[in-house]
Amino acid sequence: MDVLYFAWVRERIGVPKEKIETTAATVNDLISELRGREERYDAAFADLTALRVALDQELSEFDAPLEGVREVAFFPPMTGG
Amino acid sequence: MRVVVQDAPFDYGKEAEAFADGRHDMGAIVTFAGIVRDIAGGLDVMEIEHYPGMTEKALKKIAAEAVDRWSLGDALVIHRYGRMGAGEKIMMVATAARHRKDAFEAAEYLMDYLKSRAPFWKKEHTAQDAGWVAAKDEDEAALDRW
Repeated sequence: MDVLYFAWVRERIGVPKEKIETTAATVNDLISELRGREERYDAAFADLTALRVALDQELSEFDAPLEGVREVAFFPPMTGG
Repeated sequence: MRVVVQDAPFDYGKEAEAFADGRHDMGAIVTFAGIVRDIAGGLDVMEIEHYPGMTEKALKKIAAEAVDRWSLGDALVIHRYGRMGAGEKIMMVATAARHRKDAFEAAEYLMDYLKSRAPFWKKEHTAQDAGWVAAKDEDEAALDRW
C-alpha cells in the first residue's frame, strides 16, 4: 500500500510517500511494524496523540482495519483556515 | 457550491461580487477571508502544505453539510497552499442564505470545520528558523457547538 506523510511527520521520516508491503491488520499494527524497522519511524510515531491518520483519504482511527485500504496517510492535527 | 484549492492568489473582491451577483431568492451573503498574520514580528513566509485529493474531498464534504444544514442557496470555499507573505489572503468562504442568521452560522461552521478537518498544515518561516504551527485545543473544542 502507499503510505504518505505530511508536515513534521514527513520531515522526521524523510520521505513524502513510500510503498510498504505489509500484512498488518490494523493501523496500530502497521505503526508497530514501522517503529521496529528504524529509529526515524520510532521517533515519528512515539506520541500517537500528536498524530492523525487517514485511510483512503478519509480521517480514521488507529484501531481501524487495513483490509482493502490502498492509501494510508499520517500527519499532525490540521491547521487550516 | 464551489470548492477551489490553488497556490495562486485570488481576488477577494471579484470572488465576493461574483458570488453575490444575480441572486434573487437569497437575502443574505456572508463572506470571510483569512489573512496571513505576523504575530510576533519577523515572519518571512507562511508555508501551507496540503494533501492533494483528500483536501478537495474534505472541503466538499464540509461545504455540502453546511448547504444541507442551513438550506443555503450556495457556498464557496477557496483555500490556498504554498508560500505567502504577511497580509496575503490564505482563504475565503462565502455563504448565501435566505436570512442572515443562517448565512453567518453556516460561514462559522465552514471555518470551524475547515480549520481542523481539512488537511492543511501551516509552517512559519522567520529569518532565524522555521516551525510548524501547532493545532489549538480550542479549535477542536469549537466543533462541539455544532
